[in-house]
Amino acid sequence: MENQGRIIGINGNVVTIEFEGTVRQNEVVYAVLDNTYLKSEVIRIKGNRAEIQVFDNTKGLKSGDKVKLSGKLLSVKLGPGLVGQLYDGLQNPLRQLAEKSGYFLERGKYITALAEDKKWDFTPCVSHGDRVRKGDAVGSVPEGMLMHKIMIPFYLSDQYEVIEIAQPGSYGIQEQIALIKNKKGNRIPVKMCFNWPVKKAITAYKERLSPTEPLNTGIRIIDTLFPIAKGGTYCIPGPFGAGKTVLQQITSRYAEVDIVILAACGERASEVVETILNFPKLIDPHTGKSLMERTIIICNTSSMPVAARESSVYTAVTLAEYYRQMGLDVLLLADSTSRWAQAMREKSGRLEEIPGEEAFPAYLESVIAGFYERAGRVRLKDGNIGSVTIGGTVSPAGGSFEEPVTQATLKVVGAFQALSKERADARRFPAIGPLESWSRYKGFIDTPTRKYILKTLAHANEIEQMIKVVGEEGTSLEDYVFYLQSEFFDNVYLQQNAFDPVDAATPENRQKRVLDLITGILKKWLQFRDKEDARKFFNRLRQTFLDYNTSTWKSDSFYECEKKIQAMVAERSAPFPETLLSHISLAAIEPDMNSTLKRSEKAFEHESFQKEPWDNIPENEENL
Amino acid sequence: MKKIYNKIIQITGNVITVSAANIKYGELARVSSEYGDSSLAEVIKIDGDRVHLQVFSGSSGISTGDEIRFLGHQMQVSFSDNLLGRIFDGKGDPRDRGPLLTESLIETGGPSVNPAKRVIASRMIHTGIPMIDVFNSLVESQKISIFTTAGEPYNELMARIALQAEVDVIVLGGMGLRFDDYLFFKDTLENEGALSRSVFFVHTASDPVVECLMVPDLCLAVAEKFALGGKNVLALLTDMANFCDALKEISITMEQVPSNRGYPGDLYSQLASRYEKAVDFEGAGSVTILSVTTMPGNDVTHPIPDNTGYITEGQYYLNNGRIEPFGSLSRLKQLVNKKTREDHRPLMDALVRLYAYFEETMEKKSMGFRMSPWDKKLLQYGMLFELELMDLSVNIPLEQALNRGWEILAECFLPEETGIPTKLTDKFWPEEMRKSNEKGKAHQE
Ligand SMILES: Nc1ncnc2c1ncn2[C@@H]1O[C@H](COP(=O)(O)OP(=O)(O)OP(=O)(O)O)[C@@H](O)[C@H]1O
Ligand SMILES: [Mg+2]
Repeated sequence: MENQGRIIGINGNVVTIEFEGTVRQNEVVYAVLDNTYLKSEVIRIKGNRAEIQVFDNTKGLKSGDKVKLSGKLLSVKLGPGLVGQLYDGLQNPLRQLAEKSGYFLERGKYITALAEDKKWDFTPCVSHGDRVRKGDAVGSVPEGMLMHKIMIPFYLSDQYEVIEIAQPGSYGIQEQIALIKNKKGNRIPVKMCFNWPVKKAITAYKERLSPTEPLNTGIRIIDTLFPIAKGGTYCIPGPFGAGKTVLQQITSRYAEVDIVILAACGERASEVVETILNFPKLIDPHTGKSLMERTIIICNTSSMPVAARESSVYTAVTLAEYYRQMGLDVLLLADSTSRWAQAMREKSGRLEEIPGEEAFPAYLESVIAGFYERAGRVRLKDGNIGSVTIGGTVSPAGGSFEEPVTQATLKVVGAFQALSKERADARRFPAIGPLESWSRYKGFIDTPTRKYILKTLAHANEIEQMIKVVGEEGTSLEDYVFYLQSEFFDNVYLQQNAFDPVDAATPENRQKRVLDLITGILKKWLQFRDKEDARKFFNRLRQTFLDYNTSTWKSDSFYECEKKIQAMVAERSAPFPETLLSHISLAAIEPDMNSTLKRSEKAFEHESFQKEPWDNIPENEENL
Repeated sequence: MKKIYNKIIQITGNVITVSAANIKYGELARVSSEYGDSSLAEVIKIDGDRVHLQVFSGSSGISTGDEIRFLGHQMQVSFSDNLLGRIFDGKGDPRDRGPLLTESLIETGGPSVNPAKRVIASRMIHTGIPMIDVFNSLVESQKISIFTTAGEPYNELMARIALQAEVDVIVLGGMGLRFDDYLFFKDTLENEGALSRSVFFVHTASDPVVECLMVPDLCLAVAEKFALGGKNVLALLTDMANFCDALKEISITMEQVPSNRGYPGDLYSQLASRYEKAVDFEGAGSVTILSVTTMPGNDVTHPIPDNTGYITEGQYYLNNGRIEPFGSLSRLKQLVNKKTREDHRPLMDALVRLYAYFEETMEKKSMGFRMSPWDKKLLQYGMLFELELMDLSVNIPLEQALNRGWEILAECFLPEETGIPTKLTDKFWPEEMRKSNEKGKAHQE
């Protein structure tokens, strides 16, 4: 007998029903509108009443309309064929939906997430009699450029014996490829796909590891100063127009990972369109294949149903965990987590729950923490290592980081890349504020260098503030040059031109080489007649350095520019005046260890300072 | 099968409650008094047999004994070419003397476009305003707002863009529009012969607040339909702040917990579902949305401009009668300004960068610091830039605006001081200027 309910109240997308029989929290139910079934999720149960959120427009529903209960939790379908897809927040494939219903997303139209008629080349890796548990592979199929492992469904919690396994060959996802039995002798068929509830983390691994391996993005300011780690978490807060989406787009192109999952959560449809139309044409620099072959897009843009927006981040993270189970490094980028939080706020408001700060629900923090907790680097049962890294943008109301979503996120992430409006307005892209951001992870740049740079920037910032008060005339030439040096560093290293084919991404070896060159310049003692002379020098040096940045790695012009830069600097450098040694050391250590530096400090722990920055002052030109 | 009730059990704010069965969520009803006047109302909440309706003309004067007739359908608007040249109010009733249109009704607030059916915007809309064409190009299918304050000439700016833009249909949505402004739009479009390709939905400041809420939906439903028919449509919405305030009013009446300064927690979603109607349809026309957002207290962090900025694809800051180069942003400009002229992007960047230096110099100057030769150049540059490019009275095509940019640079600087790649200065630096500058340089040395 099918469980049923009836609508007794409607408030936006939250509908109250009366039901008979049993109902589960987060169960999928369907509100019946004439001949269409509107997918919904149970979000609160009280006696024989329940509140459901409808993943569609509720216009036209009436009191008394039927509701069908499915008995199943809100789930996604896992199996080969996910990569390259464009899904909505409930895993409806949008391209297929467009073929079926045209321009608009009509209510109640759902399509199964994975094509059932497609055949996959299956190669078994177990044989009759083998023992298997959840998450163990029984074989694999090639999916684009990766080997997709076919695993024992994660909800099977016993130990099983393989009693049948398919021969190598072509199979559809609904065909049985193995038969297993448990100790009691119950036989369970295994297919290439199975469902998994989105709000439940997948834990079929041996152990969680700490995120110690850097995840290179090709973005210099991130990799060098505020690195992210495989299996780590980070957030990008910033006011509108500061460059959050562009930063994620660049990351999704160049990050050195196996799979990228983009969750476009409550943002503009046009931005997703750019990605879906451009990615198939773009070549992944690491594999030489189209970028789309490593990308999954979950797209629940701002005018799509709000309730599905809430689910979309869970859909995304579940797919990420699934691929992690195959020993892959997965990067999940969610833009914007604030829209997800707002969807929760809308739901909570309609449920008339007691509101917390800015009307967000009181459980906001724990829900955000729970989401980021699903990131992680794990050792799988077969010894392989996989990871899910989560990076979320935050769109703080009024651009102030004091608001609840930013604050709740800050508590749980491992790196914080704060975008500043000032930098964006000044077109200093990527607009990550070097003095506000921090990262607890270790990157490929050694800690003393990282620390030295942060302190140099902090000191230069103090000088800049002073110049604003006392003017250039009131500033000493030394201070002024120090400021120009750091400004130069900002211009040519921290800033990066996303639209230049070469400068858009800087791989690790190039970053190291360029950073060596540039820290060499920072630590040089350069001589100038006066401030005007210094300003002109740095303008020219900057121009050459920008040419250097846009030259292909190790091309003729790359070496030419490098030589030119070294020559320009050599011409101005002089022996370091004894008396000024103190000045440099001041620059490196004096600025108060401000709080952001302290947070980065985590990454610096256990690393003693064998080298102080002024130990690095090169003795001769070769070191430059 | 119209259902009629005549027992109103509650009236709060502009929301009335009746006890009724079998009523659809979102359905319209007509509330009529014994004196014969009537108003539309929309179902906004159902709680068992208690049905809450928002009354378009406001609840003032409504009696518990008024008749409520449910219409069995949602908000609709007639769509056909007969709309062109016509003016309606926020309920969709004629405001001009023309006939009531009832043919081919379409529902407003329809579903959103499948992202898989959108295409990337690619056509620039030329406005003749250098601050837009050169620095923040407007693009077909863009959604963008003019951020401004009361008293600025935003409606004039909007009308001017509408007239310059080569679009097939103009849909104007007025919310809380002052009557003068309404007449201004009407007369301007009429005089320029553009009224015959325009439709107006105008809620004036003296109309009931709730009617204001319908305006964007009416406009965008009509715009979308024209676009599906292959037309390029420009939708003008002024002023969205009034729309937001109407939302706030209704949510407070419904006792919703406000999120920020009294505005409802779903303000973002409400605005987004309207602005996202901007679209370039694969194989059909497009809808471009240009709106006005007046910022209370000129504060961009106020929830209205804040939420808008997070939704739109950029904003034009209209301040002191000029479009500010800073803060103004067209996020789609990079889709069009690479194919205009090779110098467009680098020139634009250089002009803005130098203008930023000029502003710094102005600050220094106001603090009484000595002006270096470089500062003096910047001062001259800033003055020319404001006069010849920023002033809203300037009305020149893009090509000419770019040339003017070079002339201004050449008048004030040496090529290498502009930070523009040598390749381009060699090609575009005005010849006479080059000579006189070289002379000047030789003279100096
Ligand atoms: N790295 C970059 N290089 C060049 N331009 C950039 C860069 N990042 C951002 N921009 C410029 O800033 C604009 C806004 O960036 P973006 O859309 O990423 O902002 P956002 O922070 O995502 O804003 P919102 O919160 O409203 O979505 C872009 O359209 C582009 O013009
Ligand atoms: Mg964005």
